[in-house]
Amino acid sequence: MATVAEMDTLNLAREAMAPRRPRGVSASFKRFFGTPLNALITLACLWLIYRLVTSAWGWLVTRAIVEGGPQACKGGSGACWPFLGAKLRFMIFGFYPYAEHWRPALALALFLGAIILSMMPRFWGRWLVWLWIAVPLACGVLMYGGVLGLPVVTTTNWGGLPLSFMLSFVGLALGFPLGVVLALARSSKLPAIQVIAIIFIEVIRGVPLVSILFMASVMLPLFMPDGVTVDKLLRAQVAIIIFAGAYIAETVRGGLQAVPKGQHEAAAALGLGYWLSMRKIILPQALKIVIPPLVNIFIGFFQDTTLVTIIGLLDFLDTVRASLRDPEWQGIAVIEGYVFAAVVYAVFSYSIGSYSRFLERRLKTDHDRSPGH
Amino acid sequence: MKQLKTKMAALALCAAAGAVFAGPASAQATLEAVKNRGKVLCGVSPSSAGYSFADDKGVRKGFDSDVCRAISSAVFGSPDKVEFVPLNTNIRFQALQSGEIDVLSRQTTLTFSRDNSLGLDFGPVVFYDGQGLMVSSKLGVKSASELSQAAICLLPGTTTLQNLEDFFKPRGIKYESVVFEDNNEWRNAFFSGRCDVITSDRSDLASVRAVANDPAQFVILPETISKEPLAPVVRQNDSNWRDIVTWSVHALVAAEEYGITQANVDEKAQSKEPEVQRMLGVTGDLGKMLNLDNKWAYNIIKQNGNYGELFERNLGEKTRLGLSRGPNQLWTKGGLLYAPPFR
Repeated sequence: MATVAEMDTLNLAREAMAPRRPRGVSASFKRFFGTPLNALITLACLWLIYRLVTSAWGWLVTRAIVEGGPQACKGGSGACWPFLGAKLRFMIFGFYPYAEHWRPALALALFLGAIILSMMPRFWGRWLVWLWIAVPLACGVLMYGGVLGLPVVTTTNWGGLPLSFMLSFVGLALGFPLGVVLALARSSKLPAIQVIAIIFIEVIRGVPLVSILFMASVMLPLFMPDGVTVDKLLRAQVAIIIFAGAYIAETVRGGLQAVPKGQHEAAAALGLGYWLSMRKIILPQALKIVIPPLVNIFIGFFQDTTLVTIIGLLDFLDTVRASLRDPEWQGIAVIEGYVFAAVVYAVFSYSIGSYSRFLERRLKTDHDRSPGH
Repeated sequence: MKQLKTKMAALALCAAAGAVFAGPASAQATLEAVKNRGKVLCGVSPSSAGYSFADDKGVRKGFDSDVCRAISSAVFGSPDKVEFVPLNTNIRFQALQSGEIDVLSRQTTLTFSRDNSLGLDFGPVVFYDGQGLMVSSKLGVKSASELSQAAICLLPGTTTLQNLEDFFKPRGIKYESVVFEDNNEWRNAFFSGRCDVITSDRSDLASVRAVANDPAQFVILPETISKEPLAPVVRQNDSNWRDIVTWSVHALVAAEEYGITQANVDEKAQSKEPEVQRMLGVTGDLGKMLNLDNKWAYNIIKQNGNYGELFERNLGEKTRLGLSRGPNQLWTKGGLLYAPPFR
């Protein structure tokens, strides 16, 4: 139920809508070449695009070195495809034993498959919960082994894309509930809970991720009893979860505050208790509002996980860099490695971004106040 | 050492940590723990050309890695019972102190303060390195003292700059330092003429030169402006484990001195030389004294080769790094490598 004030804003928004733009060839021609300045900018941009495309094409295709080894690439000026061919599996899987590469590959496929399934609204349902309990477990067992005759591969040998995905997605998947709980705690009326949440969030947000990772990898082991070591990967993972939790908490709190007070009051008037009203009324609206900033955090985290490099974990970017340091290839294929890494990161970040836009449209309901973008 | 971004900070931190926590980690005998676990945990560089890097199949190669394999051969009679733990410079000592690794084989320079304040012990030097300077031959400079107002490209790391300052200041030579965060940028800046001089450890400079389109264009100046003896590191107060690491390295060196190679080790085991017989476990009980099998040194050589073979395979003139032996030559050939007698 919208209040009177909200109805007003709604009407105002409708009236303020811009008149439809005229369509057709002449219209777009006008838009690009309407004035001399526009024409100039359009021509300049076209020329720039042309130059970019031709030089990229030249580098990637015409001048590219397709066959041979490091020596063939050394003389050429184009992209060195043999480098990618030789190093591809290392860049993706890192130091994972070569003969066992099918395991992280299958784990990756399972994981991406589960993500794609859960992204499609037609599959939304309770069974997804079971899927998301089963898939990470299956991936973990596949990667670590030790059962069903799979040899054990300890986490020091994990690396590359599976590691990057694991760190960022597990970090966000577990950081999200933590963040929601923290956000609720921070907006709680109970002072003790509120203070604890504020201290936790502000301390974590006040420190860079690098230093939290560093603490987890350097300080923590010194406080452990003799002979007890916690797996380095696990420590980094926990550090990322905590860090993600603190950031998500603040975003979600923003969403909670954006839900109009009337909603709280209406829920209370219906006789709903705190948990019920949060679960059924407030959180669904709050979380919907914060989808864009959450996705921002998600994409940022996917890229931030490369910071685990500083504690000696080889994530995807680092396996790429490690390939560049093979003495056979050193100094020969530098741009190729980074371009490959950039493409992979761009593809995943872009997919997350477009899915979030789809999600926003999909979850948009009639009583949403904002007139949209 | 190269790329030591926070060397001093890490050192101070480790020193403080070592002072507070020294002791507990070394309570259990390392050899026993290693045998129970079934593998040696060896700290190496995540990636460093020639010392510890991945081949196309993701197998760890390199000189430092091979030292780890030699220790594995000595303990288990197999070079594959190693788990490589990639460590950055800033956490390497702490990883050793906390028992995360059994031995650190990671281009680590042996210095007084590290040996005496971190609760750690160093094994024998496996590689004698030192900071050098490389210039373009077009510059016509024959010695570092002829430089003046030179722009010098370097990687971040307190010692690199400190060594430059220590070398140039007393000689009254002015220079401009240009620091690069990234290896490739640093190298390319020098090749493109942004700097007159590029400085790093001599082994590093050799690999930079190997990358150049025309290596003959560049000369490494004769001066070595710092001493960087690289050695494996173990925890203090476990002399048995320390002895194993120490004598595994000595066995590599001694094998080269006695002409024992991977190929001829079986033949040499038949030789009449008492020293060779003792070392290879044909006579005597040297292995038992280390709490190892008497074939320990035989296994090291048979499975990994001798020091010279390790060097040539990973760093030597046939590799892209193209290092000459220099001081890392046997004492009989004018180098510094000298293994104590096996008796």
